Amino acid sequence: MALFEAQQLHKRFGDRVVLEEINLSFEAGQLSGIMGPNGAGKTTCFNVLTGRYKPNRGKVLFDGEDITGMAPRTIARKGISRSFQIMNLFDDFTVIENVLLAVPQIRDRGFNMTRLVAADSAAMDKAAAVLEQVGLKARAHENAGSLPYGDRRALEIGVALATEPRLLFLDEPTSGLGTDATARLAELVLELKQRYTIVIIEHDMKFLFGLADNIAVIHWGQVITRGTPDELRANKWVQSSNLGKLA
Amino acid sequence: MNTNTGVSAWITRPMLITFAVLVSLPFWIDSVGLYQYLGVEIVIWMVFALGYNLLLGYTGLPSFGHGAYFGIGAYAFGLSQLHLTQSVWLGLFCSILFAALGGAAVAAFLSHRRGIYYALLTIAFGQVFWFLSIKWHTITGGEDGLLNIPRPDLEFGVFSVSLDSNQALYYFALALFVVVVIGLWRLIHSPYGTVIKAIKQNEMRTGFIGYNVWLYKWSVFTLSASIAGLAGGMFAMAQESAYPDVMSLHASGFVVMMVLIGGGMVSFWGPVIGAAVYFLARDMLGAATETWLLWYGLMFMAVIMFKPEGIAGAWQSFVRGRDNSADVEKKPATG
Repeated sequence: MALFEAQQLHKRFGDRVVLEEINLSFEAGQLSGIMGPNGAGKTTCFNVLTGRYKPNRGKVLFDGEDITGMAPRTIARKGISRSFQIMNLFDDFTVIENVLLAVPQIRDRGFNMTRLVAADSAAMDKAAAVLEQVGLKARAHENAGSLPYGDRRALEIGVALATEPRLLFLDEPTSGLGTDATARLAELVLELKQRYTIVIIEHDMKFLFGLADNIAVIHWGQVITRGTPDELRANKWVQSSNLGKLA
Repeated sequence: MNTNTGVSAWITRPMLITFAVLVSLPFWIDSVGLYQYLGVEIVIWMVFALGYNLLLGYTGLPSFGHGAYFGIGAYAFGLSQLHLTQSVWLGLFCSILFAALGGAAVAAFLSHRRGIYYALLTIAFGQVFWFLSIKWHTITGGEDGLLNIPRPDLEFGVFSVSLDSNQALYYFALALFVVVVIGLWRLIHSPYGTVIKAIKQNEMRTGFIGYNVWLYKWSVFTLSASIAGLAGGMFAMAQESAYPDVMSLHASGFVVMMVLIGGGMVSFWGPVIGAAVYFLARDMLGAATETWLLWYGLMFMAVIMFKPEGIAGAWQSFVRGRDNSADVEKKPATG
């Protein structure tokens, strides 16, 4: 059974149907991609999968459990974590504080009012390890708000990683990055792939085709095709669309 | 990272300086032309403002009706002394308890709101409590309030201390202030403090990493209301009365102004500075002109326009400018 499944998701805003009927499944240990042209409903799809929006119809299953319509915090606590396309950090915190907040030990002690956060060496070590992983160790004590763009992108992933997820959703992680930064990010994702089940939405097809085990193509609110990168390269629809030329 | 062990994990240097100044205050306050009772008022409002800043400065939640919980504390103290039994401890316990209950009930309606809706609801609820205090004659004494509230001795089991003199009352209030300061300082640096600061910056992401934002907003409001209640109880002790005026919209406005002028948005000590400035302005400007509030209001406007981080913010920029080495940049909102 797949780790995560979406069944016949339907979502509309007013009378505008954004997701017609989405069926997806993500296997444990794999890196799955979601691609599609602008306005295809990719981000809405992500938002429904991670609890930001409730679907009008359909079901979301995680590890066999129906999590449809649950609050984001509940879904997060079940082991699903996400990053955001539009950066969504704690700008007045330092880099390490951003990550620390997401570490489960701190989260479980959230109502502790007397213990000092900085004295919690186990949580601090964990946060430091996450920073090491995303390459931000040297900037641990800088303010998140003053980081360069590429580092903010890395921190965005770091915050998502710090929750120790069983499933990691990345929403357009290359958004706004130059060639070098994208290459570095690809290395990072390749590393993360060894340890996490990952789902990525991407518009950068080269990036996605180089990393994903399988990819679903969303258009007009539906999954129009899915397969391995090689299968998709051979797919007529993908070839005839702009997406294929970029890959 | 600092070594947060031993005494330094509880007491910081700014605390020691503040405590030292306040402990010595009764010895010099008369010689600068002020009077002993002023110290009592200042310390009480410092407690109120510190508790209020937990909400405004740290969680980013604007409450414009916080005088209500100060007032509930004052009435609870008075009613307990008049109708139950005369005891400072019981009185202050009632102050905290009833302000917390009032705060908890209101927060249940507030905590899924934010921004302007949050602010408007706090005003509305504040007005409800103020109105009750005026109209519920049999309990509150109406517009006159509760008069002749006794101020019993402070019982410590084997011995007791009289609080009749202003100095004794001052040191008792100061002791409670010390407890509140140390408690709040720990709270700000605890996991709980980190979460509320996170909510201020980004409520949505805080939820997405698994925190129950509603529960934190509810609890921090309740906590802040209970501290307001404690301050209100002390105020009733000091005034030997409790009256509706402290619950009015303008009294609620004063605590907001204190926190903003002092610099509560960027510093733990902002509310403390702001409360002192308010009372010094009231007494010193007030001695010179009847229209002192006009000047205080203008000062408030000047601060908001030119230095929205308040006095503490101005001090931080001054220090930062003086030792211009960038690596010692002091983090905002710490001790």
